[in-house]
Amino acid sequence: MTIETLSIIGAVVAVSIGAIMPAYAEGRAIAAAMEAIARQPEAAGPLSRTLFVGLAMIETMAIYCLVIALLLLYANPLVGAAP
Amino acid sequence: MMDHSPLETHLLFHIGPVAISEAVVVTWGIVAGLGIASFLMTRRLRAHAGLKEAVLELIVGGISDQIRDAIRQRPDPFLPLIATLFIFLVVANLTMQVPGVTAPTARLETTGALALIVFFAGHVYGIRARGLKAYLTHYVRPNPLLLPLHVLAELTRTFSLMVRLFGNIMSHELIVALLLAVAGLFVPIPIMALGILIGLVQAYIFTVLATVYLAAATGSFET
Repeated sequence: MTIETLSIIGAVVAVSIGAIMPAYAEGRAIAAAMEAIARQPEAAGPLSRTLFVGLAMIETMAIYCLVIALLLLYANPLVGAAP
Repeated sequence: MMDHSPLETHLLFHIGPVAISEAVVVTWGIVAGLGIASFLMTRRLRAHAGLKEAVLELIVGGISDQIRDAIRQRPDPFLPLIATLFIFLVVANLTMQVPGVTAPTARLETTGALALIVFFAGHVYGIRARGLKAYLTHYVRPNPLLLPLHVLAELTRTFSLMVRLFGNIMSHELIVALLLAVAGLFVPIPIMALGILIGLVQAYIFTVLATVYLAAATGSFET
């Protein structure tokens, strides 16, 4: 297998695992926030603000994987000069 | 299909030895537009609020309320920087809806510059609020062993501030470009509408995180 093929496989693995786990984590965070809002509807404001910031934190992990995948595909240091 | 990588800069022209990229030109445009608009809006403010005053009060008051809610203290010292960041980010993120224009925040260098502003502003606010000595000693509290962790935390949160905004906006533009290439003219429209939401949410998140970092640097708020 060439470096190019390996890079594509690496990008696919990075994006797929990096999408599964943050999606699971975001689902759990949203479920917990929903439960909290259902219990205390008056706390919906601060809860949803914290939820948004927390979701952004979790989402960053997926974005990191995306950036790694793009680096592998477009700016791979092992392939030599960029096309 | 895609003629250039989303990571590389797209150069437009040179001024002397300095290469000017598309993101820089769009940023200049936004800065000029916002500057002129702010100048015109704040000239001759009247005590009897008309439409202009009401709009300004809505924007400034809304941002100020959000800062107060996020850090539970007086928003005044943070308001100029944070409000400028937020207004710039909203406009910059929404420029991706303009045909033929790439949002400057979809380029790593723009978001890097914004994250560096927050990074240095944190130190400035911290030194101003606590004094140089007290600010520097907070790095060795509660134990000098934690110094590398403090430094690492500052660097990684600046980096993640940069990559989060870049990744979200860039990946959205990538998706729209891919859909346009694969599915044709009208399919990307709902996704572009989603882009308005993504742009606003990311501007909000960047601003809230910057607020929290600045407030944490002044020592009056724990992250």
